[in-house]
Amino acid sequence: MLTLIFWEEDMTLRTLLLGACSAMAFAGMASAETLTIATVNNGDMIRMQKLTDDFKAKNPGIDLEWVTLEENVLRQKVTTDIATKGGQYDVLTIGTYEVPIWAKKGWLLPLDNLGANYDVDDLLPAIRSGISQDGKLYAAPFYGESSMVMYRKDLFDAAGLKMPDAPTWDFIADAAKKVTNKDKEIYGICLRGKAGWGENMAFLTAMSNSFGARWFDEQWKPQFDQPEWKDTLTFYVNLMKEAGPPGASSNGFNENLALFQTGKCGMWIDATVAASFVADPKQSQVADKVGFALAPDKGLGKRGNWLWAWNLAIPAGSQKTEAAEKFIAWATSKDYTNLVAEKEGWLNAPPGTRTSLYANADYQKAASFAKMTLDSINSADPTKPTVKPVPYVGVQFVAIPEFQGIGTAVGQQFSAALAGQISVDQALQSAQQLTTREMTKAGYIK
Amino acid sequence: MSDIPHLWVADCPNCIGGRFFQSCFLSRFRFRSDRWFAMATFHTRSAARFMIAPSVVLLFAWMIVPLAMTIYFSLLNYNLLNPGMESFVGLLNYQYFLTDPAFFAALINTLVLVAGVLVITVVGGILFALLLDQPIYGQGIVRILVIAPFFVMPTVAALVWKNMFMNPVNGLFAYMAKAVGLQPIDWLATVPLFSVILIVAWQWLPFATLIMLTALQSLDEEQKEAAEMDGAGAISKFIYIILPHMARAITVVILIQTIFLLSVFAEILVTTNGGPGTQSTNLTYLVYAQALLQFDIGGASAGGIVAVVLANIVAIFLVRLVGKNLEA
Amino acid sequence: MARKVTTQRKVIMTAIAWALGILIFFPILWTFLTSFKSEADAIASPPQFLFFHWTTENYSEVQSRSNYLSHFMNSVVISFGSTLIGLIIAIPAAWAMAFAPTKRTKDVLMWMLSTKMMPPVGALIPIYLMFRNSGLLDTRTGLVIVLTLINLPIIVWMLYTYFKEIPGEILEAARMDGASLVKEIVYVLTPMAVPGIASTLLLNIILAWNEAFWTLNLTASKAAPLTAFIASYSSPEGLFYAKLSAASTMAIAPILILGWFSQKQLVRGLTFGAVK
Repeated sequence: MLTLIFWEEDMTLRTLLLGACSAMAFAGMASAETLTIATVNNGDMIRMQKLTDDFKAKNPGIDLEWVTLEENVLRQKVTTDIATKGGQYDVLTIGTYEVPIWAKKGWLLPLDNLGANYDVDDLLPAIRSGISQDGKLYAAPFYGESSMVMYRKDLFDAAGLKMPDAPTWDFIADAAKKVTNKDKEIYGICLRGKAGWGENMAFLTAMSNSFGARWFDEQWKPQFDQPEWKDTLTFYVNLMKEAGPPGASSNGFNENLALFQTGKCGMWIDATVAASFVADPKQSQVADKVGFALAPDKGLGKRGNWLWAWNLAIPAGSQKTEAAEKFIAWATSKDYTNLVAEKEGWLNAPPGTRTSLYANADYQKAASFAKMTLDSINSADPTKPTVKPVPYVGVQFVAIPEFQGIGTAVGQQFSAALAGQISVDQALQSAQQLTTREMTKAGYIK
Repeated sequence: MSDIPHLWVADCPNCIGGRFFQSCFLSRFRFRSDRWFAMATFHTRSAARFMIAPSVVLLFAWMIVPLAMTIYFSLLNYNLLNPGMESFVGLLNYQYFLTDPAFFAALINTLVLVAGVLVITVVGGILFALLLDQPIYGQGIVRILVIAPFFVMPTVAALVWKNMFMNPVNGLFAYMAKAVGLQPIDWLATVPLFSVILIVAWQWLPFATLIMLTALQSLDEEQKEAAEMDGAGAISKFIYIILPHMARAITVVILIQTIFLLSVFAEILVTTNGGPGTQSTNLTYLVYAQALLQFDIGGASAGGIVAVVLANIVAIFLVRLVGKNLEA
Repeated sequence: MARKVTTQRKVIMTAIAWALGILIFFPILWTFLTSFKSEADAIASPPQFLFFHWTTENYSEVQSRSNYLSHFMNSVVISFGSTLIGLIIAIPAAWAMAFAPTKRTKDVLMWMLSTKMMPPVGALIPIYLMFRNSGLLDTRTGLVIVLTLINLPIIVWMLYTYFKEIPGEILEAARMDGASLVKEIVYVLTPMAVPGIASTLLLNIILAWNEAFWTLNLTASKAAPLTAFIASYSSPEGLFYAKLSAASTMAIAPILILGWFSQKQLVRGLTFGAVK
């Protein structure tokens, strides 16, 4: 058995030698560099994968290897790799959650060299502020989203309701109840309930911002024992009980999407990207009946929408910075957007990153939700997400490393409250206890 | 035979050499023909040790190195996102892990999950094995149908069950319930642990069936017929002949499955994320939450060690219960 | 001396067996059917069973998006490689434990199984660091080593159980006839144990094929097996059931086919023991 293992090692050695020889042989012709790109498997990235030939044509000598994974798996792998300096990936896809944390640790290369055509000032200010530090860009956004209300115009007309462009939570609750018809399996409102820091907690945190609540005060003490969080959770649970679909506590984005597309929801508050799905006649049974509105508020100055962007970044200490920068510049440039529009239509242009896209008449014509998306993104401010002051950045999350675990644990409690297994007060109490415990353990609370 | 020493010693049990021989070697072996096994033993034992050596050495290294590193990490305050800031904190991580309010629930859930799946798969496995042992048309096809679930990746299996079947609005179970006028059950919210048990049991039933079928088909037809001729009915035939013969197979199934079931993870992650609350969180999920959500490597390592200790306790308990079936 | 079985009984048994078999197989059948639906049909309620618009768009999408062949080859190499290496190491060990057991044998067996009791996620970082330092990240060699070691206890266990079924007298008789130890193992034991070895082989190939923790975390692009291939289709945003079904069908089909062809060998061998 030992001989077998040696044989395998030999193979690696042999391959290495062969590789080295061929590399040297080709050195004269063109230095073929390979970039390993770790990315998330959403529609925009998959589209980018298909358009790699365009990049290769403009940059001969750079090969691309794609590692496409589901968001949570991607996050784990990429974080493990960068924290242990594994060096497996040359270009990383990370969200607005990771960028501030990693930039502060010096794990990311500042992106100063993206070329003269890049036009950094074209980036939407809300997104740009979320991924910059000290004025320097640490990641380049290729996809941005906020959240908004999607509703069924036909159901609203039938109930004699008119959705304002900027509704309040009370209006939403009232409308949801009026539109609900449980016998016909029509539920007034579908909202996220599945436990997870990026699932139900993303929605609930954003919602709580509009109710005047916050995760922590300036001394990092959790605020679940305050009236604002109680109002938020009570409102949410009651609303879902009266007007929500059954099984809401295990519904995430996909489940609600399926419900809305099969005509079972009167309203849905979720990511702006959902608009392109629900308005697509190929997937959605209600494509021509959808209207959009801004996420609701309570009149306190903050709306209940969130802000998220997927960005491309380069790990500090990478050996392939030049090639990586070229790729990032290509992937997040205006030319790329035009390329996508040319090949797949304006509706499929990657949304939410550049002002120029939203000023484009063709885009506005193709995407009826464009203006609403832009307004939603612009109204979110990750540096000042809440009514009261807070020591953190992030609209629907808290940009500290511990948040993933804490957010998920709190999400589990709130999901249980939605399922009716514990009361709202119990959920808030548990949330307070476990958050305090974790924050003390991590050293935030002295 | 010339390489077997001390033959004359064994032949004279009462002389000193013979008694030495007896006490050193014979007492350790429980074979039927003691004498000529004793002859072979000396040679075999050293050969035996040499043959076990590679597996033992490899497994030892595989176990010791990560184990040592994990124990080392568990004594540090090591958050992956703050490398270079580790400090020695002794048993603090263990304290935190064991006093986590979710810990006790996770422990109970782990045991319930294992027990639940074991019951379903062992009973179901025996029943299916009995069924497949019967003469039927197209036995090969039915066999593959029953074995197929084992081939499916846990993540995919969980996704299919969650979305196609258990979804209370769009799922198949809901559809069937509505078709007969019943209220659809919200599986993942009301009975999360049971749903997970169902999914995992579906995946492991083929394994149990296969092993049981193996054992069943090695049973003598003659024995069964002799019993019938003595007037035994189907039930007593089952209890007194078939079941004892399958004892070893059942033991193997229980032991091997327990090992895997203690670390069920993918199914929970995909369906309920441990919720609602902590109703479907098991120990592995708790450790995962520490390791890959909080990147608290110190805490996760402590959790891993705790899980190993607990699993060993379960294993010792199990072995005491069914281990005797492993002896010839 | 075959027992006479009435045709009526055979038919009834067949009906029951087929019904239960299809019931168990149903989720897989459903996945297969869904892979031919459009995404909208895949989530339609009431669920469409057979009469929908059949399309192969999912398969062509999967084909164009990921390199199935490369993932497939990786899966094959690491599953077969780790199982074969595991067998070579395990057969001598299982022999020794089955035919020359000591008081410590049971303890050694239990200890071997206990190495599997640590939740893998607890040891992820130590292993990741070790692999990084030895350059084994994202290599097939690295994965083969890991999978061999995590399945070795199972292989040893199963072989041990099968070997114990073999009567020791036959081996002793061979030794009496002057066979050396090696000859005894190769020419006498192995042929008799082929069925047991075959079923151990098959089961461990499946376990290695479906192993989704180490294969996901220790690979990036070069050594990624089918488990990573599937992971790229499970998306939290947007409809994916039809595509995931197509990807899953492509991932389990090889194993199902392998199982179908090898089951005849398995069963033929597994009736050993009844034939004296």
